[in-house]
Parts: sequence; structure tokens; C-alpha cells
Amino acid sequence: MFDSFKHKVGEVVLPGDVFSFASLAPDSRVEKLICGPGLRRNGDEVLVCKSGVLRHKPPNLFWVDSQQRRYVPAKGESVIGIVTTKVGDTFKVDVGGSEQASLSYLAFEGATKRNRPNVQVGDLVYAQFIIANKDMEPELVCIDSCGRANGMGVFGTDGLLFRVSLGLVRRLLVPQSEIVKDLERLFPFEMVVGMNGRVWVRARTTQQTLIVANLLESCENMTAEQRKALFLRVAGGCP
Amino acid sequence: MHNARNAMEVESSSTCALREFGCEQSLLSRPDGSSSFIQGDTSVLAGVYGPADVKVSKEIHDRATLEVLIQPKVGMSGVRERAQEQCVRETCEAALLSSLHPRSSLSLVLQIIHDDGSLLSCCLNAACMALMDAGLPMGCLFCGVTCAIDRDGRIVTDPTMQQEKESRALMTFAIDSTERKVLMSTTKGSFSVNELQQCIAVSQRASEKIFQFYRDSVRRRYSKTL
Repeated sequence: MFDSFKHKVGEVVLPGDVFSFASLAPDSRVEKLICGPGLRRNGDEVLVCKSGVLRHKPPNLFWVDSQQRRYVPAKGESVIGIVTTKVGDTFKVDVGGSEQASLSYLAFEGATKRNRPNVQVGDLVYAQFIIANKDMEPELVCIDSCGRANGMGVFGTDGLLFRVSLGLVRRLLVPQSEIVKDLERLFPFEMVVGMNGRVWVRARTTQQTLIVANLLESCENMTAEQRKALFLRVAGGCP
Repeated sequence: MHNARNAMEVESSSTCALREFGCEQSLLSRPDGSSSFIQGDTSVLAGVYGPADVKVSKEIHDRATLEVLIQPKVGMSGVRERAQEQCVRETCEAALLSSLHPRSSLSLVLQIIHDDGSLLSCCLNAACMALMDAGLPMGCLFCGVTCAIDRDGRIVTDPTMQQEKESRALMTFAIDSTERKVLMSTTKGSFSVNELQQCIAVSQRASEKIFQFYRDSVRRRYSKTL
């Protein structure tokens, strides 16, 4: 059933492109198809609504990989937010979407009504969405379903926050990412990558932090060979 | 910065000759999507912001609010720009799936770099490329084609400023990519119904080339991440 789709995988698709399954016999349409970002189902057709590269993950997941900058919240995604105000029992957090997300003060590890977490306006938080849909205000939490922080929470001092495209973020978050592997060889550093395009980096010195930040920003539009060459040059330059 | 300046020569056929066009996407760092579109000597720069926060007075509860601004090369924008803004806005609203981002604002700013005829169609093309670059959900693509009818009754597509001045009638159509239907039309001057039909047919034929150009330039843009 996916034949018409599969030969397009890895190719560029544009909004308005249509994949039709109408010609197939009804009994061969039993397989399920999962449409990811950029694809919409309409009866027997699948419509493309974003430009980008069509990707496929076996057995039946398809999506469009596009290089956009504006973040649209999605449930379960981990993001880096900036606390902008305190409103009653919740914090308003800027995540780069169209609306500010709310974060309850009880949604931190070990927080109770008595024991409030120490969060100030302007702090960075690493949190994940538990509510994110187009009709409701997005809501963040800094704990997992077991009540553990699991790496989430308020950031410490130092470090540098900067923005990259969402496409680069996804490339960084791929398991065994080539870019991250190459960077690791240079020197030790801490990195937090939010799905909303924000990256936070901290290395031993300010200079090293800036090197990592600049390298990541320049990875945006480089092929693997260009990147390897640049990283080699940097590794030679700094002891 | 992404650099995909490319130009495609369009072979000149008797009825729908288009000037050479060029396009670049993601060339500005601040907007969420940007593009520049060049048709001959006409050049327009477009930037898209959104989906972003919306003023309560402009909020629409079931879809996004689209705002289009056209900045002329010199001086303030006047009545002519407001009329063009409306044409572009209505075309974009037809193509965008704005119900997927309710209670948010989309703003599209078009800066005219140089006007050498077919300005509105160049604005439409720049707008489409910028919306695509911003990754906004769209049901189809659109393109703009300008046709001029000269005194001898010949149809000239993509006219220059000189050809526009010498023409008897001037029409601009926005055409969608799926069914090649007319999304928007604006006309000036006098012409017969038959001539209008001919112009639409010519524009539809010319749109094929523009959509093919869109595909080529997006493919070039993603060539490094394929």
C-alpha cells in the first residue's frame, strides 16, 4: 500500500502534493498509516502541507522534515523556557510558541504547598509539555509521571543560551548524532537541547562555551565533510 | 546564512514568455520565514512572522489573523499599496490552513526593492516562498502571473514597466498549484470576455513553469540535508 509513498521517501515534497490510495482494492487497505508533521489525511488521500523532505520510519510512520524556525508546541516534547511572570500559583513561561505556557509551582520534584521551589522571573527551565493543542493554553511540568525530576527543572548559573533552527535541533537529538559525537572529541562540555530550537551550553571556560556555541550555529548549513574539516581545524587551534 | 541564489532561464515561447526569475529563501535571520523573489528587474523581499501572539482586538477564535504590509521603495505606503495588500492577503488566506493556528497572528511584510513591471505578481511569488519557508501549513501553493494586452491585441506575460505603460489592459491572476484555478484577479483597462479567457489560459500555462521553479529552488535548499 505504501509503494506510492515509499519511492518518494527522501525526496523534497511541497504543499499541495497528494498521495492517493483510492485506486487500491478495499481489502488491501487494511494497513494502518501514521501521518506525522506536515502530512494530513483526507479520506483516501494524504495531503502534504509543509515543504521539506519526506521521511519514513518502519513500519508505517511518515512525516515531513522541514527547516522551520518558529516552534509549535507538541505534547510530550521537552523544551527550554524562560520564566516571564508569576501569576498566583503558576509561572508563565516563554517557550517561543504563539502563546506563553503555564507551569505550576507544584510540578517540580519534591515541591509541596509548604515547600515552594526557588524559581525567579528570568530563570531558565527545562520542562516538558503535558498539554499542547491548538485550542488550549499549553502546560509544562518539570517532573515525569513518577514524580522524579529526570533531568528537568531550573538551570544553574553560567552557561549560554542561543537559538538554532528546529531542523538542526532534531539532528542534534537523533540517537548517536554525528554532530554531537564530533563535538565531544574537542573538549568536555554540558549541553541542553530543547525541541523549541533553544540550546544551552556550558564548558569549563567562557571561551570554550563560545567555541561550542559558534560551532553549533555554523553546523546549520554544512555538509558532513565541511563540518569534519572545520572541527579538525578547531581541534588543531585550541590545546 | 542559507544561500541558494539560483536563477532559471525560461525559454521564450510565443505566448507565455517569462523573464528570468531568481529566488532565495531564509536569507534574513530575524523573521521566521523570508524570501526574495526577482523577476527580470523587479525584485521583492518578503518576511513572515508567526504564528505569534495576537492583540485581543484582532483575535479570531477559530483561525489565525493574517496581516500583510507592503513597503514601497521610497515614501510611505498609500492607497495603491493598501489595494495590493488586500489582494495578497486574500490569496494567502485561501492557500493557508489558518484554522490549524487559531488565536494567533501571522504577519507578512513585503519590501519592494525595485519595480520594473509585474509588481503584484512578484509580491505574490515572494509571499508564497516566504510562507513555505516559515513552514506554515498550506493546502496548496499559489503564484502570480501578470498579463498585458497591447494595442495590437497581443498578450504579453510578465510585462516590464515599459510594456505595462504601452498596454491597453493589464491583469494579474493568482493561480493555485493543485487545480490551476484562479484564486484572485485584478484588472485594469478595457478588454473583451474572450480576451480575459485567453489571458487566464495563458497564465495557467505560465504558472506551470513557476511551480516547477518553486520545486527546483526548494529542492536546492534542502540538497544539503537530503
